This record gives sequence, C-alpha cells and structure tokens, in this order.
Amino acid sequence: MSKALALLALLTTSALALPAGAEGPILYEVDGRRSGYTFLPSDLQALQDDPFENPGLLWVEQGRLLWSEFDGPVGRSCAGCHGLADEAMSGVRARYPRLDAATGRPVTLEQQINRCRRVQMKAPPWSWESAELLAMTAFIGKFSYGLPIEPTIGGPLTSWLERGRELYHARRGQLDLSCADCHDGLVGRHLRGDLISQGQSNGHPVYRLLWQTMGSISRMIQWCMDAVRAEPYPPGSEEAVALELYLAWRARGLPVETPAVRR
Amino acid sequence: MPTVRLQAPEKARPGEIVEVKALVQHPMESGFRRDARGQPIPRKILNKVTVTFEDELVLEGDWFIGVAASPFLAFDLRVERAGTLRITWRDDDGTLITAQHRIELA
Repeated sequence: MSKALALLALLTTSALALPAGAEGPILYEVDGRRSGYTFLPSDLQALQDDPFENPGLLWVEQGRLLWSEFDGPVGRSCAGCHGLADEAMSGVRARYPRLDAATGRPVTLEQQINRCRRVQMKAPPWSWESAELLAMTAFIGKFSYGLPIEPTIGGPLTSWLERGRELYHARRGQLDLSCADCHDGLVGRHLRGDLISQGQSNGHPVYRLLWQTMGSISRMIQWCMDAVRAEPYPPGSEEAVALELYLAWRARGLPVETPAVRR
Repeated sequence: MPTVRLQAPEKARPGEIVEVKALVQHPMESGFRRDARGQPIPRKILNKVTVTFEDELVLEGDWFIGVAASPFLAFDLRVERAGTLRITWRDDDGTLITAQHRIELA
C-alpha cells in the first residue's frame, strides 16, 4: 500500500512541473517502465527541463547549423533534401532503430545519418562519438521530444530482438554481471553514491555529468561493459545494434527526452 | 567557433534589472585527467570572462580549473540605455570567443 502511495506521490510531483509533449504532459513512467528522469534529484530534472540551461542544447544548436551546411563534393546539405527539420524529423528518433527494408537489418539513427552522408552527399562519415554525430542525433532527437518510443519489431527484426534480449541477459566480464542483474534486479538500490535506474535509452544522446559532455547510447553500453570489466562491442557491430534494438523495445512507450541530462 | 547560447531580454525599461544567461560549449580540461592510454590530457580552459555593455565594463572574471565543462554564467544587469551587450571568453591558448546581444529600451 505504501509503495503504491509512494509511486502516486512520485507521479504527482513529476506531473506538477511537466513540460508538455505533443499531447499534454509527459508521462515518465509507463506500465512499470521508468525513464531515467524519475531517478534524478529535482534539481537535475529542472536542469533537463530548462529550455536554456540544459547543456545538451549546445549540441542541438550545433546540429541545427550542420543541418543547413553543404558537405561533400556534390554540394548537398540535409536541408536540401529533407527541408525544414521541424517537419521532416518530427517523430523520427522515436522509431529508431528501424528496419532497413533493403538489407533486412536494423539500422540505428547514427548509421542512417552516415548512410545519407555516404550515399546522398558523397561525404565522409562522421565517426562514432564525434561532436558532429552527437550534435546531429541530438538535433534530430529533439523533434521527437515527448513522443513515445515506438521501435519496429517483428518480421526480419524478430531474430535481432531475440539476440538483443539474450545479450541483455547474458552475464559477462570479470564481475560476471548482466545488464538485467542491475537494471532489472537492483533498480532503486544504490551503487556507491548513485541510484541504479532501469537503464532506459529514451533520453539518448544524453548530457552525462560524469562525462561532462554528450554521449550516445553506444557509449553508454560500452561504459557499462567496461564497468563490469567486459570487452565492449564495437559501436555499429551486430551485437551493439541488436542490443540497441532490444533497449528501444524495452523503453517502448517512454517519452523521448533527447537531450536528457543524466548522472 | 564553439557554440554559445546567450539569453537576455530584447527590451528593458530604463533602470530595469534583467537577468542574462550564457552557456558556452568548451571542454574545460583541468589538466589532471588521463586518457585511455594513461597519458595526461593537457589543460585547456577558459581562463577569463569579460562582459561589457557598450563601452562600460559590467563584469570580469578569472576562471580556474574548478569550473565545469560548458560553463554556465548568469548575472543581473541594470539597463539604463539601449545598447549592445558583449561577452568575451579567453581560452588558455589566447583564442577569444565572443557573443553579443542587443537590448533596446521598452
């Protein structure tokens, strides 16, 4: 009974100062799935919600400039094909990773951006965790703010989702821990001074206070693997993409909070 | 040029005190961190901030390694006349980052 009351109090408090999503206030908890936002102290929630002070907005601004910049020998820009990002990118990030019909494989937002650069712009790809790629994913992500995560699964993606699920539950590393051990089993408990969240990916790329910079979901997964002394999967590898797809499914219904602020 | 975000009102009544906020993207590397190979990452910070309104000095600050990355600056400004607010940050290597904002009288 007290747990239900505590939950109600949490929802009510977070409902009081909610930024509005596409339709009404944002719900940070859906069917027991909780955004990392609900594990933040109120001052960090306020920092994320602040339309000026959220440090991630610096990368969004950079992305906005990159959107209109010409790059590559054929003189194209994102804006040249997609037009205004407000319209073209609305809801896009909420659906990633998505199925690439041509190859039958999942593709992440970073991979899609680099594919556009390679195929349409004949421009060199932006490297993983580069300032440009973080800026562009943050910028595109912003146009899904408040919208529920809805990755495509089923069809050719079924086996990828299953692989991601296996990887999520597999013990690994010197510490012999799986993602599930902490992020399903020990949620709400403390890891030294930090609170263990569900490890949801709805806010990525995030401004992480630990890194004092933006980080992609790839970097987050690699960090977690380093933390249990396991060999991280290279970003863009099949395992990494399968995991990212599973995480997106695991975060289904949660609001996109890009650029989120996390510890 | 690193990204700068500056927020201040477009108009103010004479004598009104307004809040100005600025965020500048910068790693503010303290010089104490090491990279993945164990090599020290060299110090690189913004060590000075200067704010002027037209020809008047509003505030000046010396910054050190305790200031976090992408530093946030906020201050109150009494607006007596219309003019341009300028903020300049100086990097350790001498580069200057500037931003400006015009405030008119309401």
